[in-house]
Amino acid sequence: MSRTLSMLQLYLALIAGGCGLLGLAASLPTIGAAPLMLIFFAVSALSLLRLVLPWSFWLDGVLAVLGAWALIASLPAEGLMPLHHWLALIASWAFAWLFVERLAAAIRAGKLPETGTGLVIPLIFGLALIVIWEVVTRGASVSPVLLPAPSAIATRFAASTGILWADFVQTFIKSVIPGYVIGCVAGLLVAIAVDRSPFLKAGIMPIGNFMSALPIIGIAPIMVMWFGFDWQSKAAVVVAMTFFPMLVNTVAGLNAASTIERDLMSTYAASYRQTLMKLRLPAAGPFIFNALKINSTLALIGAIVAEFFGTPVVGMGFRISTGVGRLAIDLVWAEIAVAAIAGSAFYGVIALIERGVTFWHPSVRGGRT
Amino acid sequence: MEASSLGLTFPAGDGDIVALSDVNLTIDKGEFVSFIGPSGCGKTTFLRAIADLEKPTSGTLTVNGQTPENARKDRAYGYVFQAAALYPWRTIEDNVALPLEIMGYGSADRAERVRRTLALVNLSGFEKKYPWQLSGGMQQRASIARALSFDADLLLMDEPFGALDEIVRDHLNSELLKLWARTEKTICFVTHSIPEAVYLSTKIVVMSPRPGRVTDVIVSTLPRERPLDIRETPEFLEIAARVRDGLRAGHSYEEVV
Repeated sequence: MSRTLSMLQLYLALIAGGCGLLGLAASLPTIGAAPLMLIFFAVSALSLLRLVLPWSFWLDGVLAVLGAWALIASLPAEGLMPLHHWLALIASWAFAWLFVERLAAAIRAGKLPETGTGLVIPLIFGLALIVIWEVVTRGASVSPVLLPAPSAIATRFAASTGILWADFVQTFIKSVIPGYVIGCVAGLLVAIAVDRSPFLKAGIMPIGNFMSALPIIGIAPIMVMWFGFDWQSKAAVVVAMTFFPMLVNTVAGLNAASTIERDLMSTYAASYRQTLMKLRLPAAGPFIFNALKINSTLALIGAIVAEFFGTPVVGMGFRISTGVGRLAIDLVWAEIAVAAIAGSAFYGVIALIERGVTFWHPSVRGGRT
Repeated sequence: MEASSLGLTFPAGDGDIVALSDVNLTIDKGEFVSFIGPSGCGKTTFLRAIADLEKPTSGTLTVNGQTPENARKDRAYGYVFQAAALYPWRTIEDNVALPLEIMGYGSADRAERVRRTLALVNLSGFEKKYPWQLSGGMQQRASIARALSFDADLLLMDEPFGALDEIVRDHLNSELLKLWARTEKTICFVTHSIPEAVYLSTKIVVMSPRPGRVTDVIVSTLPRERPLDIRETPEFLEIAARVRDGLRAGHSYEEVV
């Protein structure tokens, strides 16, 4: 197997093994201080044997995990990490990269099934990022105000689930969902009306355009004045943000049906309503889902930012703005984590529904037109 | 179907385009009429005028003794376009059922008609497939089934096999003839292939461009029963030569250069 390494893989193997060898040498004066680290260095150095012996890529994966574990286990509670431990970070990172490289090559070569193993790669990427973040923030004693360690964020997250849940309900369930539904449905209905009537097209499209150009930090305080401090004003901001993307996309989508497809409806003497329901709306599906996906992220941003301009003492935006003021940065990061998870899940659900509904579109079924 | 001194002009920025001028033609029930000519001779426009997809600007046109608009509202014809134009979100059977849904047929009646017309075009067994899972020839057969499903007496076909290769085309041509014999419909067929026109038709309308007009109407002397190798008989070649003469008389070949 050693002869099948590519140039990049060879470099990575040399970096990983070399760092192991150097680390082993540097650990000798303080031997016994961090036994796990010593083992990792020793095995890393041994991995250089891959130049003459077969060395499975699963071993690289195990080594990456071992390195991460050794690093986190031997992180000092206070002060800086010993200098040679940074070699372990480099070696561990190189092993992880090498593992992913060789895993991807094995999948491409058809030695491993795509399903399941395909998920491993992004997972390793994310975990590696978190490990590096943890080791760098704690090993280099980065001030928690600048960037708290993931473990500190996780601890805070676990300790304040009550607050986070209340904020999530206030912002996501009460503001984002109703605002999103109202904004998207209104955009869709107005688009159909605009499509029907040239008068509305001339009148409403410029106003919609104008509305979308309004900065959110400008309309948020006005909405607070109109609809009060509670979730209604946030939902109103979300409506204002999601309406226009839906309008523009649906208007474009309603024109997506080809001339032949419309002529066909005309030869059947189909009514306007039949043509709309059986041809033009289905044909507009990919456009509508595009807007739904764009809006799923816009809605969350809108609701959080709107909470900066007056809110009852609950909500994700409120918590972030006051958390920054009180230097409770770990709580801010915990809220960011909630927002990221909620936003991704929301997007994911819409994307899943899209796959089900517009299964026929070439972009979904991965074929030609 | 009857047209007398029919004209159709498209307004354009740099002078109007005369698509049809002084077209006189009668098509009887049960005929298979081909329209042949070079691009721009108005053959598709004439077909679209029959289908009420274009409005004539002069002369009169009647379909089944009514105006084209009323004939369309009466669902008097099925139209087969150059492309199959099947809706990709519907299965083949749902595509064939589309006109039936629009015209308000009951669901049992729909299922029966879909089954029957799909059998007619040899597509039984593909009911649950989506259009993009079928070959081009099968898609076009499905679109013919869709045009037949509601039993209109008139079938308008605008170069339905134009995008297909010659082998598939020969096959579909002979199937179309059998279908015509079985259903006794009136078929108007636009093409720019001389052998296709001669092989299929009882009457060949030769058209020429600028302005679009009819230069010759040839009544075929071939028998109704036509195997594919009839195309090598002297009678077939004679009619093909007459079509070519008609095209030449309309200066069609000069324009093509």
